[in-house]
Amino acid sequence: MSSRGKSWKEIAPAGVCSKSSTTFLTGDWKTYLPLRDLEKCTRCLLCVIFCPDGAIHWKPEKADIEFDYSFCKGCGICANECPTKAITMKLEKE
Amino acid sequence: MKNVCKQDLMAMNGDEAVAYAVKQADVDVVAAYPITPQTIIVEKFSEYVANGEVETEFVCTESEHSALTACLAAAVTGARTFTASASAGLALMHEMLFVTSGCRAPVVMAIANRALSAPLNIHGDHSDTMAQRDSGWIQLYVENAQEAYDSIIQAFRIAEDLQVLLPAMVGLDGFTLSHSLENVNGLPDEVVKKFVGVRELPLVATHEGKNAPFKLDPEKPMTMGPIAFPDYYFEFKRQQDEAMKNALSVIQRVHDEYAELSGRSYGNGLFEAYQLDDAEVAAVCLGSTAGTMKTVVDELRQDGVKAGLLRLRTFRPLPVEELQKALSHAKAIAVMDRSLSFGGNGGAVFHEIRHVLYDAATHPFVVNYVYGLGGRDSSPKELRVIYEELQRILQTKHVEKTINYLGLRE
Repeated sequence: MSSRGKSWKEIAPAGVCSKSSTTFLTGDWKTYLPLRDLEKCTRCLLCVIFCPDGAIHWKPEKADIEFDYSFCKGCGICANECPTKAITMKLEKE
Repeated sequence: MKNVCKQDLMAMNGDEAVAYAVKQADVDVVAAYPITPQTIIVEKFSEYVANGEVETEFVCTESEHSALTACLAAAVTGARTFTASASAGLALMHEMLFVTSGCRAPVVMAIANRALSAPLNIHGDHSDTMAQRDSGWIQLYVENAQEAYDSIIQAFRIAEDLQVLLPAMVGLDGFTLSHSLENVNGLPDEVVKKFVGVRELPLVATHEGKNAPFKLDPEKPMTMGPIAFPDYYFEFKRQQDEAMKNALSVIQRVHDEYAELSGRSYGNGLFEAYQLDDAEVAAVCLGSTAGTMKTVVDELRQDGVKAGLLRLRTFRPLPVEELQKALSHAKAIAVMDRSLSFGGNGGAVFHEIRHVLYDAATHPFVVNYVYGLGGRDSSPKELRVIYEELQRILQTKHVEKTINYLGLRE
């Protein structure tokens, strides 16, 4: 038996979440990390649209994008879609 | 019964009776895909939609998998939902059956019970719903078109009860009930609307720490259908099992309340005992076969045989204690299965009934009869053989064959 956690009588039905998904950091799943060449990046924002985790944000005050590594799972879709090949995936431990 | 409503006597087949009940039950969303012998339900209901007789959102989907998914999605927003299927259609829903019960979405579904391919067969047996036995749905089986109408109305109340919150399927035998014209008494529209009421929602704690109604609502966001790891999944499954146990009393309560309105009752809502109190030889069956079996019991009683019948209406949840009480005094019992568990020790109903009686001190003989597969008719003469065999078992105190095939060419 798992001793940690609540009993079946104490939890909401159907797994309705009592915690926000924003407090559950999924970025530590990644093996590869997206890195951006600022010279090549045209700020076209295709990576923002394609990111399945919403982990690339457009920052209007900087007129630039930002990776949110707390939620980036390292899938590499941004690198694949980037028209100028400005994003490369590197092993995180390097 | 003094409060019984004035009702309209109509000629309807079982499918039409189901559609009529859904029409009256103030259903918000119906999503379905046609399949024989269920098609009439959806056809008839789409006529109600086209004629403006209902306010229901009717969604024509491209498959049964999508039909149930649409119902599930609508149900978690707090809507009352209905769908219908059979055989291969129900099989295609298999994945979503579990998701629906796991999300605690009280979808109501009519099943015009039909055999599964191959060989291709469109006729009645219980293979389709028995294969979904463990999907977490309440299962009611009806004897005639009238009961199909009554049970669909009751099913909304049962499924949506806050102590239950589980989807429910109502099985009516394909063609025997789905396509046969019968006299059906219908309650007035306003009486049904009042009986089913407006769906209530429990309060649950959201991720913002607030209590909010258990529904998808952009104003009060809530995550539904999330992942549960090994540390919590088991607890959610235990909740579903408890909800099923709660359904036992809710089914009886709703049945009794409906009986007061309509003047019609089906035993205690869980099962119907026919000449069972003093029966020495008894049979257990589901669905329309019970009608013929009652005739056989009457004939045997005239011949001085203490024969009885238990017609199981609620298969899930299984009324274990009530069944044990009702059956344990019988000395020999035949359990009838209209489906086959290939390579198993008899059919699904047999497993349950024999298991229930294992703890009975009286220890009656319990044998299995698999019958009627692929719509094969069982005549009174054939069904009488079951009771004759039970009498022989009582005389000789010996069971020759535990699992028997009724009406099969050997």
